[in-house]
Amino acid sequence: MQLDAKIPDGAIADKWTNYKFERKLVNPANRRKYDVIVVGTGLAGGAAAATLGEQGYNVKAFTFHDSARRAHSIAAQGGINAAKNYKGDGDSIYRLFYDTVKGGDFRAREANVYRLAEESVNIIDQATAQGVPFAREYGGLLDNRSFGGAQVSRTFYARGQTGQQLLLGVYQQLSRQIGLGNVALYNRSELVDIVVVDGRAAGIVVRDLVTGQVTSHSAHAVVLATGGYSNAFFLSTNAMACNVTAAWRAHRKGAAFANPCYTQIHPTSIPQSDDFQSKLTLMSESLRNDGRIWCPKSPDETRPPDQIPEADRDYYLERRYPSFGNLAPRDIASRAAKIEVDAGKGVGPLKNGVYLDFSDAIARLGRDTIEERYGNLFEMYERITDESPYDVPMRIYPAVHYTMGGLWVDYELMTTVPGLYAAGEANFSDHGANRLGASALMQGLSDGYFVLPNTISNYLAPLLGTKPVPTDHAEFQVAEAAATARFAGYLAIGGTRSPDAFHQQLGKIMWDYCGMERTKEGLEKALSEIPALHEEFRKDLRVTGSGEATNQTLEKAGRVDDFFELAQVMCLDALTREESCGGHFRAEHQTEEGEAERDDAHFAHVAAWEWTGDPANPTRHTEPLEFENVHLQVRSYK
Amino acid sequence: MATSTVARGPAGAGTKRAKRKAPFPIELYRSALGKKYVMAVTGIMLMGFVLLHMIGNLKMFLGPAEFDHYAEFLRELLVPVLPRTVTLWLLRGGLIVAFALHIHAAYSLTRMNHAARPVKYQSQRDYIAANFASRTMRWTGVIFGLFLVWHLFDLSWTGTGYSFHRGAAYANVSTSLHRIPVGILYIVANLALGVHLFHGAWSLFQSLGWNNPRFNAWRRNFAAGFAALIVVGNVAMPVAILAGIVAVH
Amino acid sequence: MKELNLTLKIWRQDGPDSNGSFDTIAAPGINDEMSFLEMLDLVNERLINEGKDAVVFDHDCREGICGTCSLMINGQAHGPQKGTATCQLHMRKFSDGDEIVIEPWRAAAFPIIKDLMVDRAAFDRIVESGGYITAETGGAPDANIIPIPKPVADAAMDAAACIGCGACVAACPNSAANLFTSAKVAHLNLLPQGQAERHARVEAMVDTMEEFFGSCTNHGECQEACPKEISIDFIALMNRDYLAAKFKNRRTLSRK
Repeated sequence: MQLDAKIPDGAIADKWTNYKFERKLVNPANRRKYDVIVVGTGLAGGAAAATLGEQGYNVKAFTFHDSARRAHSIAAQGGINAAKNYKGDGDSIYRLFYDTVKGGDFRAREANVYRLAEESVNIIDQATAQGVPFAREYGGLLDNRSFGGAQVSRTFYARGQTGQQLLLGVYQQLSRQIGLGNVALYNRSELVDIVVVDGRAAGIVVRDLVTGQVTSHSAHAVVLATGGYSNAFFLSTNAMACNVTAAWRAHRKGAAFANPCYTQIHPTSIPQSDDFQSKLTLMSESLRNDGRIWCPKSPDETRPPDQIPEADRDYYLERRYPSFGNLAPRDIASRAAKIEVDAGKGVGPLKNGVYLDFSDAIARLGRDTIEERYGNLFEMYERITDESPYDVPMRIYPAVHYTMGGLWVDYELMTTVPGLYAAGEANFSDHGANRLGASALMQGLSDGYFVLPNTISNYLAPLLGTKPVPTDHAEFQVAEAAATARFAGYLAIGGTRSPDAFHQQLGKIMWDYCGMERTKEGLEKALSEIPALHEEFRKDLRVTGSGEATNQTLEKAGRVDDFFELAQVMCLDALTREESCGGHFRAEHQTEEGEAERDDAHFAHVAAWEWTGDPANPTRHTEPLEFENVHLQVRSYK
Repeated sequence: MATSTVARGPAGAGTKRAKRKAPFPIELYRSALGKKYVMAVTGIMLMGFVLLHMIGNLKMFLGPAEFDHYAEFLRELLVPVLPRTVTLWLLRGGLIVAFALHIHAAYSLTRMNHAARPVKYQSQRDYIAANFASRTMRWTGVIFGLFLVWHLFDLSWTGTGYSFHRGAAYANVSTSLHRIPVGILYIVANLALGVHLFHGAWSLFQSLGWNNPRFNAWRRNFAAGFAALIVVGNVAMPVAILAGIVAVH
Repeated sequence: MKELNLTLKIWRQDGPDSNGSFDTIAAPGINDEMSFLEMLDLVNERLINEGKDAVVFDHDCREGICGTCSLMINGQAHGPQKGTATCQLHMRKFSDGDEIVIEPWRAAAFPIIKDLMVDRAAFDRIVESGGYITAETGGAPDANIIPIPKPVADAAMDAAACIGCGACVAACPNSAANLFTSAKVAHLNLLPQGQAERHARVEAMVDTMEEFFGSCTNHGECQEACPKEISIDFIALMNRDYLAAKFKNRRTLSRK
């Protein structure tokens, strides 16, 4: 397998402009002769489908939700970065690029990141024109807040619901195209396979979640914008239905899967309260603007937080990282919390959290200001925990939140399967080993609005005059039959345990051995336990109900099945990457102070895994990363 | 109305644009929002009538001469610009149209609302904001409407079993309402009207889009006050007659 | 932490055209720290262990923002806690020995798919008819070119907070969708960017809404049920804009 990133020539600042000029174009009158399938209607997928529809392509959009407004992009709280420099504090495209490459611990492709920073400013313009109600100053201009890993204020926000507002903006644009008939939306339709004919993506096979019917759809190109795979850990901040199936099915059809071990653990989630918990709830990183993180100095502390005197508190982030303090990047803040909790200094009934304290901020700014900034987050916290953060410090603990890894894509966002694209969290492209806060929304929208609609024509133009492969082609028939058989198979096992029971067990293995801190022994243990559990899943799964009507247990079974295979590659990737970088922390590779220790000599590359038919033995390919602009250095936030 | 089955398949056949053919008021009346406008506007007209009707009738407490003089004044309105009773008939015509529209709009909206939930909730609903008045609008409306017909027969057209003299306003009223069942009927009907007004006089602000933080808090008070005023004023008459405070002629 | 022993009466229905009925399911040993949906997860897990079909219900983010979850709980849309979607409702709001009745949303426009899951596609049809600002990708002017007074931006945001869950329709005695529609209309009609299509938008959206839903009689029940506490003030705004639209659109047309 050849990994050709197709990075355009020229200086870093000219690459995207050069590319846009040199790529092949499709004449507006010819665009309706092309069919494009977009799977997923979150920020990336919805934006791509809407923009391609506007440009004149025939778009078929697919979502497994009931509506195009439900994707998990909606849950992003804090904001979206853009190098607008509206605050005049020295921000620039180059600085956003620099911060993102550095924040990603030098494991991202420079050219992609620069393009992302360039497009960031257009996103804000676009979203504002669509009516996204970003927060404003009294003068009527846009407001900004600060986020982790940056020393400038560049985060645009809409209360604590930025993701919701941006997704609704996308949804509105997509709805307009649906209303005009340029996009056909298939809702409650889950991708169950990708079809490749003559080495090109030919279409997809979907299962109707209402009727259980399996059908095929073909097109000239297929875009996957199907999100990340955090739910491999069972407990994560992702929505319940988030899954890897689309990306994994693409992987099985030849798309390389890059850097699966890069998972982001978000530092501020509400700690788990009991064993029945179905998911973790994130508290926005923006809270770290005004909240101070601390834990008691003594593991034997039993006093309630307000009675612990300053002298007995350890504001460990401010102590260890004085210049960034509570706004240290996510990977660093998470690991610091883990160190304290592992040392027995955790707080709360299960001693599994640290405090995020707003009392100083309330004293300084007044309760009203804090309420205006974070009111809805505080309410959410109180609904879940029954404690008011105005009176008692919040309790937080890291949780799996985002996956930087994903389908390998070149500069054009094309996977290793020609005609198959991946956008948004589903691809691996822009965040390296760690994503900075407020950058996920930026990447999803950049890919969907600005990158993909520009790059896809380069692939489509030469296909003028060809028709999509008909869905009665043998490959489609084979894929449909296989999918039908797969779902019938789950129903036929007749074992004793539900898909959730297996998922929970898989998640525990992943969190214990492939979570915030990884070791060789742990990963090897996971690699022996996961296949055994997967085998048990195949023999002992119980799915009740039928395959001909809505059956959420059956849907879950298919998703968990794919998580089992992915989990093995995640562990393999973590095991092979003998260094610590960003979200990937190998206990064997740390400095004396406990910071991540990269090995640039051996691992300054992207690892892309090729499916071989055996999930335990995929082939590892590498794409070397070259840093011509941001020089490799030890990441320091001290 | 939507069908009861879930339609599967792609959405994107194209949304139809609203066609505009009829004149603006008819076009407006075709929509439910427009019907609500009409209900609100006719509601205001009827409220005005109810208020003036009450004020006029309270002259009963000033005695037969004052009362009959007022009745005659109505017949003489705008004389000599227009002939006798013409203005009154014009007003009556307006009222009849308002009633007809109010009732027709209510009827078609009710049908629309029934069709919007063909299968009711199978368990007990626990309402929070919807109150007795808002949920019984159609019943209080129907009760009062039926009463009104009877009221017209009773005092304007034929009389209802007492010595009715066309045009002898005071005599007719005081004689008819002196009967206990009739008095009770008037009281019940006016209570129904009060309940109807309690919601209607608030609701019209919303329907007409009269919503402003400066007076929003007063809308509910206005409705309650108006309803109370009408009920007290109108009920005072049968009570006074039955109690002998107002003499029967 | 307390343990609750509950009796659930859950609506079970095979499909849109079948007849459903309540199924009484005992739910002993419920931890009161659980969310309502985690309680249902546990009930489902037990049903699967008994070899029975799990109860189908819509849910996804469980953070109260995606709007996928629904449920009529004890006669109230999203249950007893004000301003809270079902997924954020916790079992500490219930007491030991309670009987909890769970029904799907009921409206002609929301046909039942299975058990507690309904089809809310009618909402999408309303948005498709006009719930957007035409601003095709590319060519947008600088975001700071139009200053928007903070109170206006805040009011638009209040309206834009709608999560499209359908509780307003479910709670409304008339199955009206005026709160949902007016929230989208107000969000876009309040902003300067939305002025060009202001009247066409409200007219198209209201007309589409009326194809599916009942009419508003100002009960105010929707506002109480709304997990985002969106105000019925927006309905008044929509009513005003609709009248203006019927009038103005016609005038614009007549000049052609």
